[in-house]
Amino acid sequence: MNPGRCAACKYLRRKCPSDCVFSPYFPSNNLQRFASIHKIYGASNVAKLLQQLPVHHRAQAVDSLFFEAHCRIEAPVYGCVGLVFTVQQQIHDAATQLAKTRAKVAVLKSTAHHSQIQSDSNVFLPGPQSVAHLGLFNQASFGFI
Amino acid sequence: MRSQEPRSSASCAACKLLKRRCTPNCIFAPYFRSDEPKKFAKVHKVFGASNVSKILIEVPEEQREETVNSLAYEAEARLRDPVYGCIGAIALLQRKMIELQHDLALARARLARYAATTSSAIISSDRVSMGPFGEFQVPAASCGGFIDSFSLNSYEVNQDAHMYDFSQIPYV
Repeated sequence: MNPGRCAACKYLRRKCPSDCVFSPYFPSNNLQRFASIHKIYGASNVAKLLQQLPVHHRAQAVDSLFFEAHCRIEAPVYGCVGLVFTVQQQIHDAATQLAKTRAKVAVLKSTAHHSQIQSDSNVFLPGPQSVAHLGLFNQASFGFI
Repeated sequence: MRSQEPRSSASCAACKLLKRRCTPNCIFAPYFRSDEPKKFAKVHKVFGASNVSKILIEVPEEQREETVNSLAYEAEARLRDPVYGCIGAIALLQRKMIELQHDLALARARLARYAATTSSAIISSDRVSMGPFGEFQVPAASCGGFIDSFSLNSYEVNQDAHMYDFSQIPYV
């Protein structure tokens, strides 16, 4: 019995070779991690997948496999695809709220703009006498310039 | 003695690939039709026929079609992105969600400014809380809260990751 076996080789009850593809990612103190992955994917499939990946990607691959395996064990029908559904629905709801909010902003913006125009028109709306007065005033202003 | 039933036309896609006789109570036959060989091939490559069979046996019969479809989706995702699989798709969706949350916050702030300015009564009465995801929390309860460990940064680190559109689930 090799006391230095990784969790995978312990689980599979075999010798753990020095070049074991599993050992860097399945420390011997966490059997459950490999057990979950093995239950859903099988050791052979996981080994093939890891061997096809560059070494620097394997840790992330094992983490994602464990996550998906765990989701599948917890929710056998949908697994982690259930999360995809949920987030998609949330995106749809958020997009709908965004569209509604922007529509309200457009209405208020239009109302505010219209109110401003009316307000400006009331200040400068000239009467018949004030037009003439305005013209005289402008000529005088030019004189000062 | 050969069976009177022609084997090749009666075999489901799974039994064809596994080169075995497709029995009348084959667990795969209702879900892996012979005209969809790639579907089972992908599922078999990622999960293995034996594991798929065990998963199907564990779920009620009326839910097996959904189970097979979700397994096919996961297998497809894993084959496209061997490092992140389905997690990559979820990370992408989460990124989109964060962008939408940001845009929604900006729009609401603008709405509040206009409402205050015009003293309009057109204010949304259905405000939601604005936490990190607002009310749009990615449910982690069913998967033990593992989703937090897959930050968007860790997804972006994988420069070889193939970005694909999973907004359309094949069977929805």
